[in-house]
Amino acid sequence: MSASTEKFVQLSCPAPLASRDTVLLGHGSGGRLSAELVRDVFLPALGDPVLGALEDQATFEIDGARLAFTTDSFVVKPLFFRGGDIGSLAVHGTINDLAVGGAEPLFLSAAFILEEGLPMETLRRVARSMGEAAAAAGVRIVTADTKVVEKGSGDGLFINTTGIGRVRPGMTLSAANARPGDKVVLSGYIGDHGMAILAEREGLQFDTPIGSDSAPLHMLTRDMLDAASSSIRAMRDPTRGGLASTLNEIAARSGVTIEITETAIPVREEVKGACEMLGLDPLHVANEGKLVAIVAPEAAGAVVEAMHRNPLGADARVIGAVTGTGRDLVLMRTAFGTTSIVDMLAGEQLPRIC
Amino acid sequence: MKYLDEYRNPKIAIALAEQIRARATRPWVVMEICGGQTHTLMRYGIDELVAPAVELVHGPGCPVCVTALETVDKAVEIASRPDVTFVSYGDMLRVPGSRSDLFRVKAAGGDVRIVYSPIDAVKLARELPHRRVVFFAVGFETTAPANAMAVWRAHREGLANFSVLVSHVLVPPAIRLLLQSPSHRVQGFIAPGHVCTVMGYTEYEELAREFHVPIVVGGFEPLDLLEAIRMLVNQLEDGRADVENQYARSVSREGNPAARAIMARVFEVTDRKWRGIGEIAQSGYRLRAEFAGHDAEKVFGLAPITADEPAECISAFVLQGLKKPPDCVAFGTRCTPDTPLGAPMVSGEGACAAYYSYRRHESEEQLVGLH
Repeated sequence: MSASTEKFVQLSCPAPLASRDTVLLGHGSGGRLSAELVRDVFLPALGDPVLGALEDQATFEIDGARLAFTTDSFVVKPLFFRGGDIGSLAVHGTINDLAVGGAEPLFLSAAFILEEGLPMETLRRVARSMGEAAAAAGVRIVTADTKVVEKGSGDGLFINTTGIGRVRPGMTLSAANARPGDKVVLSGYIGDHGMAILAEREGLQFDTPIGSDSAPLHMLTRDMLDAASSSIRAMRDPTRGGLASTLNEIAARSGVTIEITETAIPVREEVKGACEMLGLDPLHVANEGKLVAIVAPEAAGAVVEAMHRNPLGADARVIGAVTGTGRDLVLMRTAFGTTSIVDMLAGEQLPRIC
Repeated sequence: MKYLDEYRNPKIAIALAEQIRARATRPWVVMEICGGQTHTLMRYGIDELVAPAVELVHGPGCPVCVTALETVDKAVEIASRPDVTFVSYGDMLRVPGSRSDLFRVKAAGGDVRIVYSPIDAVKLARELPHRRVVFFAVGFETTAPANAMAVWRAHREGLANFSVLVSHVLVPPAIRLLLQSPSHRVQGFIAPGHVCTVMGYTEYEELAREFHVPIVVGGFEPLDLLEAIRMLVNQLEDGRADVENQYARSVSREGNPAARAIMARVFEVTDRKWRGIGEIAQSGYRLRAEFAGHDAEKVFGLAPITADEPAECISAFVLQGLKKPPDCVAFGTRCTPDTPLGAPMVSGEGACAAYYSYRRHESEEQLVGLH
């Protein structure tokens, strides 16, 4: 226990010490608690420098070939939602973690944890969906595993996918690469996935129903890298914790200040409305088919143009820039010309969205 | 967004701010009461827009923040029982009591659930007849009608397994206490629009007369707040102390009679302890004796609890507008939304949390300047 927490105890203070004693749902939020978990539990225990780089994927060289390797588990509830299901999401999520590392996704594994009593038809639907998603993306699912747990020990169905891909020669994308002057490019509308899940879960009805944006991004990243491979410093897909958390991670890893413009960030009317109703900020809501790229200023135009030629990047635009070093902070210029902080999500917003 | 973008129009906002600055012959100190208003002011940087003509100080208007430590402790105690399904608005789960919070009760296996309406809690009680369903009824006058309705329905249906832990607080007694304090600096108030939607604003007319202070009932969108500030500055410059209604699209002088009727039927006024302030006479609601069977404090026979706030926390000053959050030595260091020392850092609508989320860079700049 550190000196400061001891002081809290003496003051009979309500500060939540127990976050270090038990796992909370917030530890899975992709926000600050998740970062703490990685920093305090996993990095010290696993202690690998590649892991310690905290990228969305590990990259390493085997016999002269540079490979990207990543894993992700999916616990989304409900299993089926507008715009996708746990199966397609599990394929897209892992493809995207490879893609934003500048890799061409090649092979996936799939591991299933099934709860006793799960209807076989549900499992068939999910398996079919995974097969279709992989085929559509041109990746192969080449190995798999199944475990069954007693009723009550799981929630229907959890999936883990692991992926391996080939990194483009000469590519060294990293969240630590951002430097002053760089532009921040966003591929499209934010918040669709999180709000689609929440609408489903809460039974919210909208005139225009919100669908998840779940999609494989590797063709979009390929187009971007074809246009300006040496000028793209970093790419990330803003999933849990939303755009706000992703930008904060980049700012922290690079030690830079990032400034975004509120009016440049595309948010659908129905997502805005739903967020308004539920008291959420679209900047904190998850996406499953969007990416954010840090691009050298002279290449930003070419990258955005290349993105526009791909349907998944049709709404791509520059939303901000890296403005300084020394203070890792994300600022937003509001529509009123004032400045406010864009913070990482603290604690839990919506559990089990992916 | 239809019906919302109109109230967030940047051109009109900047024009309103210019009018405010042009009219003010001296700096005025204005307090917004409601945490939702604080959040909007910080989120859009309206404090920047109206400075230096108007200094905004932030009132005690986040019900999550002012819920007494003891009440949170009671909630934790009840929610920890194996036969209880504890139901709450999401905000309350993070609020630390003396030793624990509801998130931790949930992590330890407690059945704690989030709803958006107390009526959903009644539904749960119907669906889970073998469990004791307890709803955490917090909030200002705004949430009181729905909470009263939930109790009324459960009572009528004979749902003996439904009870509420009541911690309702009332706005006018808190304003009165503040105005009676000799050290207060507030020259005008933005009254909380949602509270007045329910209650109307006759209570505020008494306050304005008694203390000769202008009060404008304000909405929650940026243009609502800028217009309310402009109306206050006009009154202050004219030397008037009236109650005016900026939020007329929602608020009438008499409020919502149906809502007030159900509240009066179910609740009665009582003394209430506010976190960060202390006990304020006649500043809360409790259930009438007739509904004792749905009163969680009585049903569970809880022993009285007393708990003290950490000495370092200056929330009493912040909630009275005497200090700004960055004036606190613990702000942003020992006290953050992840590790709140006191009430206003707990909820997103608390003054300290709003400053932390949107204004931290300024205090850092000040700190950098000092070194």
